[in-house]
Parts: sequence; C-alpha cells; structure tokens
Amino acid sequence: MSINDIQRRRFDTLIIGAGGGGLRAALQLAEADASVAVVSKVFPTRSHTVAAQGGMNAALANVLPDNWHWHMFDTVKGSDYLGDQDAIEYMCRAAPKVVYELEHSGVPFSRLDNGKIYQRPFGGQSQNFGGDQAARTCAAADRTGHAILHSLYQQNIRAKTHFFDEYFAVDLLKDEQGNVLGAFVFDIHTGEELIIEAKTTLLATGGAGQLFRTTTNALINTGDGMGMALRAGVPLQDMEFFQFHPTGIAGRGMLITEGARGEGGYLVNCEGERLMERYAPKAKDLASRDVVSRSIYTEVKEGRGCGPNRDHVMLKLDHLGEAVLQKRLPGIRQTCITFLGIDPAEQPIPVYPTAHYTMGGIPTDRYGQVVIPVKDTPEEPVHGLYAAGECACVSVHGANRLGGNSLLDILVFGRSAANHIIETLKETRYHRPMDEDSIAQAYERLHRWDATGDGESVEQIRTDLKKAMEENCGVFRSQDVLDNGVKQVSAIAERLKHARINDNTSMFNTARVEALELENLMDVALATVYSAAARTESRGAHSRIDYPDRDDKHWMRHSLYSLEDRKLDYKPVRTKPMSVPSFPPKARVY
Amino acid sequence: MPATADDSELRWRCRRGMLELDIIFNEFLDKAYSTLTHEQKDLLDQMLDYPDQLLFDLLLGHMPSADKGISSLVTYIRDTIRP
Ligand SMILES: Cc1cc2nc3c(=O)[nH]c(=O)nc-3n(C[C@H](O)[C@H](O)[C@H](O)COP(=O)(O)OP(=O)(O)OC[C@H]3O[C@@H](n4cnc5c(N)ncnc54)[C@H](O)[C@@H]3O)c2cc1C
Repeated sequence: MSINDIQRRRFDTLIIGAGGGGLRAALQLAEADASVAVVSKVFPTRSHTVAAQGGMNAALANVLPDNWHWHMFDTVKGSDYLGDQDAIEYMCRAAPKVVYELEHSGVPFSRLDNGKIYQRPFGGQSQNFGGDQAARTCAAADRTGHAILHSLYQQNIRAKTHFFDEYFAVDLLKDEQGNVLGAFVFDIHTGEELIIEAKTTLLATGGAGQLFRTTTNALINTGDGMGMALRAGVPLQDMEFFQFHPTGIAGRGMLITEGARGEGGYLVNCEGERLMERYAPKAKDLASRDVVSRSIYTEVKEGRGCGPNRDHVMLKLDHLGEAVLQKRLPGIRQTCITFLGIDPAEQPIPVYPTAHYTMGGIPTDRYGQVVIPVKDTPEEPVHGLYAAGECACVSVHGANRLGGNSLLDILVFGRSAANHIIETLKETRYHRPMDEDSIAQAYERLHRWDATGDGESVEQIRTDLKKAMEENCGVFRSQDVLDNGVKQVSAIAERLKHARINDNTSMFNTARVEALELENLMDVALATVYSAAARTESRGAHSRIDYPDRDDKHWMRHSLYSLEDRKLDYKPVRTKPMSVPSFPPKARVY
Repeated sequence: MPATADDSELRWRCRRGMLELDIIFNEFLDKAYSTLTHEQKDLLDQMLDYPDQLLFDLLLGHMPSADKGISSLVTYIRDTIRP
C-alpha cells in the first residue's frame, strides 16, 4: 500500500495500551462522552496487568491501624527519596477511593469475617512512619490484576470505547510545532496500515522487562511506548532504576510473590541460615525489594548459595503446612510443581532475583502530561501527549517501587490523566493538520523490514541484548561492568541496523512485529545502561559496588536520557508534597 | 522458510499476559506442534480464546476442565513440558 492510500480515522483521544492504566483512562473519557480509541497489540484482557496477583495498596486500616500519610512515608522511603513527593501524596490519598470504586464496579476483593476488605502485609509497609509492620495490600484472592482488567474491559465495552485489538502502534505522529496528533498503527492480522488522528494521545504501553534474560515479565513487555517517546524527542527519566524481584524461580524468572514471605515464608542460604536476619534485623524477609535482592546476590557471591553451582538461595515455606499453603498461596504451589517438579509443602524453592519492574519511563506530571525540559524550564508539557502506568515515570516509585504500589499507580494516574484530557478537549475543538514528514518517517521505519537479502537474525540480536543487559546492568553494578555494558549494547544496536527478517508478507507477519519490538527494546536498553553508567552512587535498585552510598548532594535528581546524541540531562526531585511537610532524606534502614 | 500465516497467527495468540503461559505454550509448540492432529489443533485454537487466568488455572493444575477434549489436551501439554 502506498503512503497516500493509508486510511485515516479521527478520535478525540487515542490510548495506546489496554492494560489497567489505559483502560482506566479510557473508561473515564468514554463516560465523559469523549470519542476514545484504544489500540492494543494483544487482546485487551491479555495485557500484562492480568499477571498481577499480589494486590494493591490502600490505607483502609481494615486489619491493622493505617492512614494515607504512613503509606506516603513508606513510599517516599521505599523510593530512596527519589520519588516526587507531590505525586506520592496525591496517589496515597487517592488510594482508598480507587479501591472502593473497583469494589463498586464488581471486583471481588477477598473479605475478612466482618465483611470488610482483607488486607495482607507486604514488604516496605509500616505503621506510624517506620514502626511496626502494616497490612495495606488489598487482593482479589490471587487474581487481582485479572479481576481489575476484566471489570474495566467490560465497563469500557458498555461505555462504547472503540477498540483496535491486535493493532501495533509504530510511532507517534506530530505537526511541525511538535504537538502530538495521534499515531501510525497497523493491523497485525492483515498488515493494513492506519493513521489515527487524535486531539490527545495517551501512552499506556507498560514496562520493558524483556530487556533482561531472567524476568517475570511476559514476552509482550518490550517498552514500545518508551521507544516511541524517545523517537518523538521525549527523554526517558530514571531508566537506571530497574527493579529486580528478589524471589524469581532460579534460572526461569517466574515470580514467587512477596505474599509468600508475607504469610511467613523465609530465605535460607546453603548453611540453612535465615539470611535476612543479618541484612535487615527488623523487617527481615519483608524488607524492601532492592534490599532483599542485594542480600541474595551477596550470599551467592560470597559462596553461601545453594545447589550444585551455588547460584541461588532457598525460600522455605514447608513449615507453614500444606493447609496454609493451599488456602493462602495455592498459586505458588502449583507453579513449583509445574515448572520445577517440586512441592513447596515438602521442599524449599530455589530462588534468585529476576527483572520485574521498570521504575523509569516517560516523564510526566501528576496530571499525566508528558513533560520535558525546554530552555530553563525543567518540566514543560508536550502538547497533546500523556502517559500513565508502567511506561510513565510520574515519579511515585523513585529508585525502588514497593509491592502493591503499581496497580495503584496505573489506576490513580490513568484516571487523573483522563481528567486532564477532558479539560484539554474542552479547549481543543479541531484536529490540527499533521506534518506529512512525520507520517513518512513512521512508514519508512515499518517498511525498512521489507528489505530482503542477507543480514543477521532478529532473534540472535535479541538473545545477545538480553544477555548483555543481564550481565552488565543487573543487580550489582560497578563502573567497569557498566562501561562494558555501554560498549556491548552500543555494538549490538549497530548490528540491528543491518538485521533482516525472512518474511515480507502482510498477513500475520509476526517476524516484523518482533523486529519493531526489538528496535524499541534496543533504545530502552541504551537509555538504561547509559543512565546507570553515569550515576555514581547507590540508590534503591541502582546499587554500585564502587559507590556503595547514596549521595544526596550530587544525585538527588532525576536522570533524563535523550536519543539525540545519547545525551544525559538532569532535573530536581520534587520534594515538596501538596499539603504536608516533606520527608527529608534519611538513611534507609529496615 | 517463512512461517505460514496460520502458524504465525497461532504463535501470536500464544503471546499472553503472563510469563508462565508464554513459557508453557512456546515450549509446547516447539516440542509438539508438528505431532498435533487436526482435532488437537482445533482444540488448541478453542483453548486460546480462554481468558489468561482460566488458562493459568487449567495449565498449572489449579482446576480441571469439564470439557473432555480440553482436559486431555491440558494433560498432553503438561506432560510435554514436565521438567
Ligand atoms: C508477575 C507480575 C506480578 C505483579 N504483581 C503485582 C502486584 O501484585 N501488585 C502491583 O501493584 N503490581 C504488580 N505487578 C506490576 C503491575 O502488574 C504492572 O506494573 C502493571 O500491571 C502495568 O500496567 P500498565 O497498564 O501500565 O501496562 P500493561 O498491563 O503491561 O499493558 C500494556 C498495554 O500496552 C499494549 N501495547 C504495548 N505496546 C504496544 C504497541 N506497540 N502497540 C499497541 N499496543 C501496545 C499492550 O497490548 C497492553 O495492552 C506485577 C508485575 C508482574 C510482572
């Protein structure tokens, strides 16, 4: 199809991504009578939000005393003081309301005997600003994400949101002034291309766990929205902060939820020693994720790992008894039986940190507006462009996300972005004319993969990228390791330019989809490793052997990586909350 | 050899929201796709319309399927990928 024959459709708002973030925003907009298009490369209810089994945080105080201010303190501390305190206050205050909204729309939260929503303890939660363990996580058994996603999808269908299922978004489209006016997409079934013109566009494309070889993330998490933002001239923020979940099944990546430790499971080394007692005497196995991940890494590095290669530690659950496991953690038991052939009611589970969550992303303010530095202003909105969910960096998670805070983030900021869009739409009566060059660029990027001839395979390059990232930008980092990472990833990126796929058909050309995904992953990998090599301190998930301490004087600031010249820039952390005094940085002890 | 559109469509439908399902389906397709009968392929096709959480429950042994055909395909898949 020639570029001039491509069909065009117009909507008030285009949402790219149909996970919890995208669907929450779409619902708000559709209910306000905006015309909304949602594009998703997989059927909406197969978005990655479906995998969130643990639950979401809200200070409801149903099990133990709690309030939003304690939740805020924990989130700021968990973020290692890199989170923006205005956004964190906004999120923690909104949390109970968001949970009740879900409850009213039919999400079947687990209940206490008194009928109130059950809440389980998760890592990093405290009462009274760092005191005793709190219980703040609301769950719909072990299918919270599934319940939320299905409920939002059904409501969107009722509200007449227009879905483009199994359409792949290639790039954002702009006008000459840089306003974002929609996206260039294609139908994965037929290959047919489509220009979606929109007065406002929201990116809600999720995370980029596929950057690493061992990950909890599904194959679809390739950071596409982050790649699109970079190519549209938006820098990515704080990409050096990638959360490794401490308890992935060793060698395979699947998550063993924090709930396992919440219910009384604990980690042991090859000597049978309960290792977290040494690293976090108070919180022990419920210390925050980065602390537990690093402790496991240290045990293995110092020779106290388990197994023939001493390359993992063990998570013990057998003392809880079969009945408790079956009642509270049925999923984990079957996961172990299926993938390892062992029953955790009888034997401990081999675990090791696994890449889990992208804390960095597309910089936004708390209204979901994408913001970039322009001259002396660090945060100037990009007209027409919004982002929410894991692809965004608002930043509520800072250097380290707390378990249960992501479902909350995607819903709170999906909603607040939609509210801001509704206001913007009131002032935006007409569609602006597109810059035809911007369409041509997206078209060329897609059709570059039609070229035939010799070239390296996409699969090989992807395998090499994930290995390079794991080995050079993983849990423990030093200048040598990271510099090597920059070199290796840059060389792999060069190879991608000459890669070929051996399929140039239109129908279901998944080879082409995977090639486009790899291009996105590559840019996100470069952002991650460049930002990591530059940050000479340890903070949250970014932990360096050569700079073991946090350095607030030089580094209490957000990184911004731009595609152009692979340039790094920085902006201050917003330490001033909306209404309460700010939490000044303190040593982070659990 | 480029994959046929049908093969590619099947592989794409095996891309799910959960890593566990990605791993199960990909391992299964790699090991056993060429041995599947027409009937089994139809069943697989039918199963891929299920929601992820239901597939997760079936394939990870949380619950049996009431449908005899699906139930036997689930057993076949689990046997094929058993460690
Ligand atoms: C195993 C696991 C368990 C988790 N458990 C919890 C938990 O218990 N509690 C918690 O708070 N958080 C949890 N998380 C984190 C949380 O699930 C995610 O951060 C969150 O669901 C992300 O939602 P999202 O809406 O941003 O994106 P997603 O749900 O990932 O959706 C992304 C959407 O974007 C679409 N998309 C992407 N690229 C394109 C493209 N190029 N074109 C078209 N569409 C595209 C996809 O099709 C999809 O619809 C967990 C994560 C994992 C991996």
